[in-house]
Amino acid sequence: MTHANLQIGPDERGFFGDFGGRFVAETLMPLILDLQQEYELARQDPEFAAELAELSRDYVGRQSPLYYAARLTEHLGGAKVYLKREDLMHTGAHKINNALGQILLARRMGKTRIIAETGAGMHGVATATVAARFGLDCVIYMGSTDIHRQQPNVHRMQLLGATVRPVTAGDGTLKDAMNEALRDWVTNVEDTFYIIGTVAGPHPYPAMVRDFQSVIGKEVRQQLEDKEGRLPDSLVACIGGGSNAMGLFHPFIEDSEVELIGVEAAGEGMDTPRHAASLQGGHPGVLHGNRTFLLQDEQGQISDAHSISAGLDYPGIGPEHAWLHQVGRAEYVAATDQQALDAFSLLCRLEGIIPALESSHALAEVIRRAPTLPSDHLMVVNLSGRGDKDMATVTEHLADHLA
Amino acid sequence: MTTTHDRLNRRFQQLREEDRAALVTYIAAGDPDYTTSLATLSGLAEAGADIIELGMPFTDPMADGPSIQHATRRALDGGQTMEKTLDMVRELRRQDDDTPVVLMGYYNPIYRRGVERFLDEARSAGVDGLIVVDLPPEHDDELCLPAAAAGLDFIRLATPTTDARRLPGVLANTSGFLYYVSSNGVTGGAAPTAERVATEVERIREHSEIPIAVGFGIRTPEQAATIGRFADGVVVGSALIDAQASGETPEQGTAAVHKLTRELAAALRGARG
Repeated sequence: MTHANLQIGPDERGFFGDFGGRFVAETLMPLILDLQQEYELARQDPEFAAELAELSRDYVGRQSPLYYAARLTEHLGGAKVYLKREDLMHTGAHKINNALGQILLARRMGKTRIIAETGAGMHGVATATVAARFGLDCVIYMGSTDIHRQQPNVHRMQLLGATVRPVTAGDGTLKDAMNEALRDWVTNVEDTFYIIGTVAGPHPYPAMVRDFQSVIGKEVRQQLEDKEGRLPDSLVACIGGGSNAMGLFHPFIEDSEVELIGVEAAGEGMDTPRHAASLQGGHPGVLHGNRTFLLQDEQGQISDAHSISAGLDYPGIGPEHAWLHQVGRAEYVAATDQQALDAFSLLCRLEGIIPALESSHALAEVIRRAPTLPSDHLMVVNLSGRGDKDMATVTEHLADHLA
Repeated sequence: MTTTHDRLNRRFQQLREEDRAALVTYIAAGDPDYTTSLATLSGLAEAGADIIELGMPFTDPMADGPSIQHATRRALDGGQTMEKTLDMVRELRRQDDDTPVVLMGYYNPIYRRGVERFLDEARSAGVDGLIVVDLPPEHDDELCLPAAAAGLDFIRLATPTTDARRLPGVLANTSGFLYYVSSNGVTGGAAPTAERVATEVERIREHSEIPIAVGFGIRTPEQAATIGRFADGVVVGSALIDAQASGETPEQGTAAVHKLTRELAAALRGARG
């Protein structure tokens, strides 16, 4: 059975239903239109696809394994749980899939300077990595709060030759870094390519980033076919902007029997203002080039998000998720900081895998949901990144476990 | 009673007769607090401002440099709201029914309020036009066309990247005046090269008779005079914001804004002589 009424957007103006669009200053419009045109050409170019595939295999390490988590499954006593091991890819997260695709486009467009925003630093590291690989200048904008809590990634980016510019505006997190990257872009439109790290921003970014990340879902589809001979019953992924989730979900959108479950960050709880769950705690609005659900007050001022994981600490969400939420194709839930920490510990001890705090939010939902399901239910969770970067944060919060 | 649609047209008509460019001054509503900002606003026309741009504070001013970022932060910290911004315009209109007032800012606070409600409130408060940075012509159905229907001018930005293909679309639903952004970048950046800007303004004039105001990076009376020789209006923002912040007391800040406004106005009055 397929979801025939679900148009795989966006439309030509960049809208997924009511969400998306190109809400940017005039200075950027010609550039965004050029990018869209170039991306359409690249998509149809077999040489572009071949180069991306070769680098994905030999440089990134694709395909990533689909791992049956036997001890986790046994512990939970319900659904059969598979982990999609994006944590094993070069640079330690799914972010490299998109960074690689976009830098090939940048080179195609003759751009010589790369900028990016980063929250947890994984997108910054991925971007600095591919910029080094292609010999392009690279500037990464990172909030000062995030620089403090993700020091190892700051050092990584610097080792890779990137300049890390701290952003002190606002709360010094991902939203502020994105504002500053947009200011840089508008100032340096001629030579600069902005590698946005998630499925947000002005059209064509949400669709383009989704397409580069869709390799995740395509591989899962084939891998599960090989292992189980059928489609999964449910897919679970964490959501900040939502790129690892879109990459996993997208190849399954028309298969309506496959449940899609996105997990937002509930921070200190949905009954407090300190969370980052835009769909469950936000309202439609316009920020960073697209209309989507945003954490904001009644005046339309954007609220600061909160999550223990820097990569989910964003007051918006990709417009395609807003649309999937609106039409009911995907289900969106939330996990708290504490639930994510508990899931983090459990995976370390049961499977010998240290997950990123971001991915631990998805695992928290697996822990809640799997025990209620039959043993023939196939659940795939995107282990979007590894947790090496989170040692300082986790050590602080799990001190009693480490004693 | 003047209808809102007339103030901008009449002002540019009057200035054509005087053969000088309009001085367009930008201040951030509520910076650093309501009372001070209202005092600054109320004295601008007397100091020589021909058109007033009143910034609607937003948490994420992506097209603005540090001066205006800090000003809008101060305003929000001081409790500025959309109601208070509109109150400022109402207060101004009690003493001044001639000086055009243009609200400038970002779309989200308008969208969240509801476009129809906002347009009703703005028009009845005495607002003449809107500049909304993150609404390119591709999204005219969001606010530009409803604003025109409500009798408010929608002032579009044109930039150095606006090429011949885009210019007709940018000009199509623009009214009041066109705001030419003199350099790629954020507000408060480097000063533009007058020759290049003059060439660009001439290029746009081949397509339209709409008045053209030039802004971004213009800080001093000398720079204003240079641009004012060929442009229909000169926009000064960050320099006035810096003046407001320069005073040891709010009153001194307001006095500094009015002093700079007088100097800019004097420079424009002599520019084409």
